[in-house]
Amino acid sequence: MSTPILEVNNLQVSFKMFAGEVQAVRGVSFTLNKGEVLAIVGESGCGKSVTAQTIMRLVPTPPSYIKGGTAVFDGKHEITTMKESEMQKIRGEEMGMIFQDPMTSLNPTMTVGEQIVEGIRKHQGGSRLKARNRAIELLSMVGMSNPAERLRQYPHQLSGGMRQRVMIAIALACNPKLLIADEPTTALDVTIQAQIMELLQQIQEQTGTSIILITHDLGVVAEMAHRIIVMYAGKVVEEGNVNEIFYDSKHPYTWGLLRSVPRLDSDAHSELASIPGTPPDLFAPPKGCAFAARCPYAMEVCLNKDPEHFRVSDSHSAACWLLHPDAPKVERPVEVGGRTHG
Amino acid sequence: MAEDYILEVKNLKKHFHLDGNRTLKAVDGLNFAIKRGETFGLVGESGCGKSTAGRTIIRLYEATEGDVIFNGKNVRKLSGKEQSKFNQQMQMVFQDPYASLNPRMTVGKIIGEGLDIHGLHTGSKQRKARVSQLLNDVGLNEEHANRFPHEFSGGQRQRIGIARALAIEPQFIIADEPISALDVSVQAQVVNLFKKLQKERGLTYLFIAHDLAMVKHISDRIGVMYLGKLVEVATSEKLNAKPLHPYTQSLLSAIPIPDPDLQKSRERIILQGEIPSPLNPPSGCPFRTRCPAAMPKCAETMPPFKEVEPGHFTACHLYT
Repeated sequence: MSTPILEVNNLQVSFKMFAGEVQAVRGVSFTLNKGEVLAIVGESGCGKSVTAQTIMRLVPTPPSYIKGGTAVFDGKHEITTMKESEMQKIRGEEMGMIFQDPMTSLNPTMTVGEQIVEGIRKHQGGSRLKARNRAIELLSMVGMSNPAERLRQYPHQLSGGMRQRVMIAIALACNPKLLIADEPTTALDVTIQAQIMELLQQIQEQTGTSIILITHDLGVVAEMAHRIIVMYAGKVVEEGNVNEIFYDSKHPYTWGLLRSVPRLDSDAHSELASIPGTPPDLFAPPKGCAFAARCPYAMEVCLNKDPEHFRVSDSHSAACWLLHPDAPKVERPVEVGGRTHG
Repeated sequence: MAEDYILEVKNLKKHFHLDGNRTLKAVDGLNFAIKRGETFGLVGESGCGKSTAGRTIIRLYEATEGDVIFNGKNVRKLSGKEQSKFNQQMQMVFQDPYASLNPRMTVGKIIGEGLDIHGLHTGSKQRKARVSQLLNDVGLNEEHANRFPHEFSGGQRQRIGIARALAIEPQFIIADEPISALDVSVQAQVVNLFKKLQKERGLTYLFIAHDLAMVKHISDRIGVMYLGKLVEVATSEKLNAKPLHPYTQSLLSAIPIPDPDLQKSRERIILQGEIPSPLNPPSGCPFRTRCPAAMPKCAETMPPFKEVEPGHFTACHLYT
């Protein structure tokens, strides 16, 4: 069960811009096991999408470059140093990606059928007819009615939810071992979001593929993820399984994130606990903990020295000085997660 | 009615005429009223007409039919002078903080423009003081007045948009998806600001959004729209505890709760199909094509919008 499909170690990605270097990802490490759904959560600009796109090698160089670290896929492929020609064999075949915006990530000049068939024939060869049959199979698997008819349609003839289904079909075309879903439901309405989430869960159960789910919606995370990493300003600040993050989180940023979302089942008219301020500028990331400037518990050490990851359990760790044995004890705000677990 | 209603919307319709004699009925017969000092939330999925409703109420669009009564006056029959007063009393905060601020104007000019138009200052000194005060009120500081919009983050820009709306001391603010372009932690800041300003100034809000959890948090009462029609109106507690309309029920159930145990044990209604095109809406009740409880008569007539319990309105044949 716990064989890793992807091991990312100290990954660093920067963008060289006219104004200087943006350190988008500043040392991210995590492991994704086979059959696991890992959620990466964080606000815009925290580096979650860049991390995922680097794993697929989809960020163009220049302006981006991989400054350091490794990402080993399936125990044998070292992604960070791979040539584009080698990467093309993996991308689409062993890794599939679902993008946020189904309106812009499909080719408007090609029919749905051509776009699905293209990937199948490139990676698996075979006759046009065979690929077409596979495309029909895929479209019915993602819940599209009348699949043979749909193959002849163009993306503009489909609704947002349908386009997202087509994207999922393309990503699944070659039975990938890893599926990266970057905000797969953000552009969709809630009732359609519920449909797509249900579909992704079904697919995960049927095919046993590993999924990296990137999202800022903690509700989606609660529903789908097995494990969660919380990112802030290009770093992982906390990592743990679903229960550990939702019911026993240790990092003040995770607390803030959990408390700032209103919940349907919570009391209204209370004030939302917002996190004051905004994330730091990654042109010049702060010397110490990146969250210190917004953290209500910040100590002197936080401003000067970046905390390492402190282990809480085998699966749970957080990068916060509060977990240091000498730090003052801080009680987690009670309303985090709504209640205590267990 | 003894209640003090600041705004009454009566059978409001906004139809857009497209080429080839097609008509898009974006808003098709809304009836609701907003009490002075409350927050009324309007929710629905994209294309349901909630933004068009807001824009028609503030007269960015001219209504096709129906009336909007604001402070006892029909806003479609205002004289020039009354119109100017109306413009001062009702203001709008827009969704996109990037597109709704003029990039070539300084923040001071953006906020002060309304003061100039409505003659609310006696000279540049007073104007400047007023702008500084407004910037402070929304959590920015006075030095920001000389900067341009591109120098600010999304959350800060939304604060500028709010300061602009507040500048001319309106009574009523229409906020059209004011937080959906912002990050979660910043959303909370802006929502808290809205609440604080309401408390201080006795403002009335029409809060338009698709995020039902956030709308429930900020609103006293909520209206749910589907394909140009209101399907349910109730207090936010009631709507959440006992939704009557099948659409509201499925909308509530579709929102994932950020609590894994609860979320996994929750019974969910997942709607099949998609929202029909508003160009060609279904006959009778617009929701019947996706409704788990649809009956034959739903295809025949649109159910009346009626008060099922005190203060709880819904348009559904299950309750007729």
